[in-house]
Amino acid sequence: MSLLAVDSVDAGYGLLQAVRGVSLALAEGETVALVGANGAGKTTLLRTIAGAHQAAAGTVSLAGRDVTRVSAHRRVALGIALVPEGRRLFPGLTVEENLRMGAATRRAGRWDLDSVLAAFPMLAPLRKRRAANLSGGEQQATAIGRALMSNPIVLLLDEVSLGLSPIAVEAVYESLRTVVREGTTALLVEQDLDRALGFADRVVCMLEGRVVLEDRAEPAAREKITAAYFGLSAAGAGGGAA
Amino acid sequence: MTGVAVTKTPPRGRVRRWSRLSGTSTAVAVAVAGVLALAPEFASSNVVLDLTNLLILVIMAVMWNALAGFGGMVSIGQQAFIGLGAYGTVFLVNHGQHPYIAMLEATLFCGVLALPLSVFMLRLRAAQFAIAMWVVAESLAILVTLDSGLGAGTGTSLIEFNFYEPTQREHYTYWWTLGAAVIALVVVFLLLRSPLGASLQAIRDDEGAAASLGVRVTEVKTVLFVLAALGTGAAGAATLANILFIEPTSIFSIQYTAYMIFMVLVGGLGSFEGPILGALVLFVIQTEFISNGTVYLTGIGATAILFAIFLPRGVWGTVTDRFGIQLLPVGRELVIAEEPPPEPEP
Amino acid sequence: MTWVNVVVQGVLLGGVYALLACGLSLMYGVMRIINLAHGDLAVVGAYLVTVVLDHVGVSPFVAFLAVLPVMLAIGYVLQRTILERSLRAGILTPILATFGLSIAIQNILLRQFSPDVKSLGGNAGALTTASWRITGQLSISAIGALTLAVAVAVVAGLHVFLHRTRFGSMMRATAQDVDSAELVGIDSRSMYAWATALAVAIAALGGLFLGIRSTFDPTAGPTQLIFAFEAVVIGGLGSLWGTLAGGIVLGVSQTTGAQINPQYSILAGNLVFLVVIATRRGGLLGSRDGTQ
Repeated sequence: MSLLAVDSVDAGYGLLQAVRGVSLALAEGETVALVGANGAGKTTLLRTIAGAHQAAAGTVSLAGRDVTRVSAHRRVALGIALVPEGRRLFPGLTVEENLRMGAATRRAGRWDLDSVLAAFPMLAPLRKRRAANLSGGEQQATAIGRALMSNPIVLLLDEVSLGLSPIAVEAVYESLRTVVREGTTALLVEQDLDRALGFADRVVCMLEGRVVLEDRAEPAAREKITAAYFGLSAAGAGGGAA
Repeated sequence: MTGVAVTKTPPRGRVRRWSRLSGTSTAVAVAVAGVLALAPEFASSNVVLDLTNLLILVIMAVMWNALAGFGGMVSIGQQAFIGLGAYGTVFLVNHGQHPYIAMLEATLFCGVLALPLSVFMLRLRAAQFAIAMWVVAESLAILVTLDSGLGAGTGTSLIEFNFYEPTQREHYTYWWTLGAAVIALVVVFLLLRSPLGASLQAIRDDEGAAASLGVRVTEVKTVLFVLAALGTGAAGAATLANILFIEPTSIFSIQYTAYMIFMVLVGGLGSFEGPILGALVLFVIQTEFISNGTVYLTGIGATAILFAIFLPRGVWGTVTDRFGIQLLPVGRELVIAEEPPPEPEP
Repeated sequence: MTWVNVVVQGVLLGGVYALLACGLSLMYGVMRIINLAHGDLAVVGAYLVTVVLDHVGVSPFVAFLAVLPVMLAIGYVLQRTILERSLRAGILTPILATFGLSIAIQNILLRQFSPDVKSLGGNAGALTTASWRITGQLSISAIGALTLAVAVAVVAGLHVFLHRTRFGSMMRATAQDVDSAELVGIDSRSMYAWATALAVAIAALGGLFLGIRSTFDPTAGPTQLIFAFEAVVIGGLGSLWGTLAGGIVLGVSQTTGAQINPQYSILAGNLVFLVVIATRRGGLLGSRDGTQ
């Protein structure tokens, strides 16, 4: 049984359907990268899994339990945490306060303030700084740390490296490696295909709201993924359908 | 974003501004105005007084709707202009002006005062605008009580109206009010059909987006603010002529705004016909239930809450949404031909 | 010396306005809405105290302890029923809905308690008449000093609650980004409901002191709302310490106006308010973060 199962999910905004019949399964401890062009529906899919967006059809289940109608904050208590696009920290709160907010549900587990600060050493000297005054990389580290504080079973990460300097991206991924080594199941959206291939076990490619390709994250798959990314091949489930 | 379906032939569309139904109802509206103008010829004195009251309600509702429904400005201080229209008339009559001319001048004065006031008020948003307008109304009420020439806190009556015979006075007041109501409706109608009408819809939907599309939000809102001041001032002057005695606390009472909000919410915020329907509803309620004040007003408040939350488009808006009808042609309807028109055969 | 007295009395008067305004400021800070029925809820609090006093002969302060949980519950339910729905419907709906609520509350009170003017001063014993005479022209009333002290304590208490407690931080987080709050596991609807419950309870506390210091009737709410709102705006929207300062500025404006002519009292306060909104958008201590 898969830990996180997304089954035939539709989601959208008004007349715009951003996610169309997407099915996806993550096994425990697996790291999956979600790739695709802008507007492929990746962010909407992540937000639908986290409960920040309501699915119009289909189901989302966590460890066999249907959570499709469960509100976002209750899903956190069940073990789903999302690091949203653009970090979305609480700007008026300090780094430490932001991290503590992550523990709002008081889920027990290996992550607490000390272990998060150990995993993200760059945050230790910034504990009392307001989140509004952090650099992009520091913000991203805080956002990931905040999500970890809820001791999630499944960690969803949206656009981890967007807008960060190469050095900051490297630092954030270094810490993320520590996290997934601990056994956290992760689904991450990553624009940088090489980084996605290097980090994840599996790559899922979306195009115009649908999953068009799923493959093991191996260098050999790169060309196939690139083709699916731009909708050039008919690989997978009905690529290029409009 | 997902690809937009591209069909082989672009659909042929044209903007339709009249429909057969709306043409008929515009003709009916003109006919109703004509019949109303002749009402004093055949109706009893009580009916004429009732109709005057109804017309005052119509003006108040249509003007509050112009402000909130079209401009997105919720004011709970429109009683400022009711009081100003009434006391402006008193002031001008005291200075030797003919009563019905004074009513007109007091109305215009409300519009003139609204212009500088708008400079400050339109910078405020939502609830801040709402309450600031209220503070203005309260301040005006206090200023009136400080002026002994206007009867101070105890109120004043316009004895000049007694130069007319009672029936004659009622008829003149009725016609004056009818004229004001017709002008108010025609102006709002023309405004909605003018290029400004589309801007109004844009502002109501999203002020920020409208501004970025080049809609001159401040100018449009100023026009509506001044228009509402003029119309509400006219309603105030007519109220004075109808009841002949006023005092600051009642003519500047927030109850007038409560009525306006009730009428517009029940009828349909942001529609042309809704406020007229709302005025009719309030008029019927007032004539049926006015004897029991607190229950009636509790009901007014509770109804406003329920409509605001559960039926935000009001009775009229809900009906038009469901059946797609529009009696008076104030909008634009994009008619897309299903099939391209047949090519002329050779 | 007269003017020193005017300022001192104004500061004391400002205590009532600050108390009435705290809850309004808190709700604006957390949810960005102004509850137009805030003043009426303060008056409801004062009436509930009279109901308790009709049954037991205690001081109004003791009676208030029984009223407090009722007001918390009223606030909580108000949020979960009317305000939550109107918040979802857009920026203008809360204004319309709370205005309707204000009209409804006033008329329910009129029906329940008659239009007669009431006061809690008679039940408060010696406290209402006691005062410290500083000089011939300057005296400080005990109730005035107590009101101001309670107002300062409430603002300080709210500050500590919002900044030093876990629950308070969760409320601030919700105020800053409700979407993110949900994503870290905070039940934002519950946060909103508790913020409103607190706001309504503090409003009732304001109603208690209003009732002891002066008089009230079923339609007294709107005037109190205007004063509270003026205090909030003068002090800077969303800033609790600013609200305290705003209340005091309003109080001093009113006593100064009254010194010139008793009829100028409210007018002077309105004038200061209008000057502030016309000239300075942020108020005295305005801030972006709603719950400083």
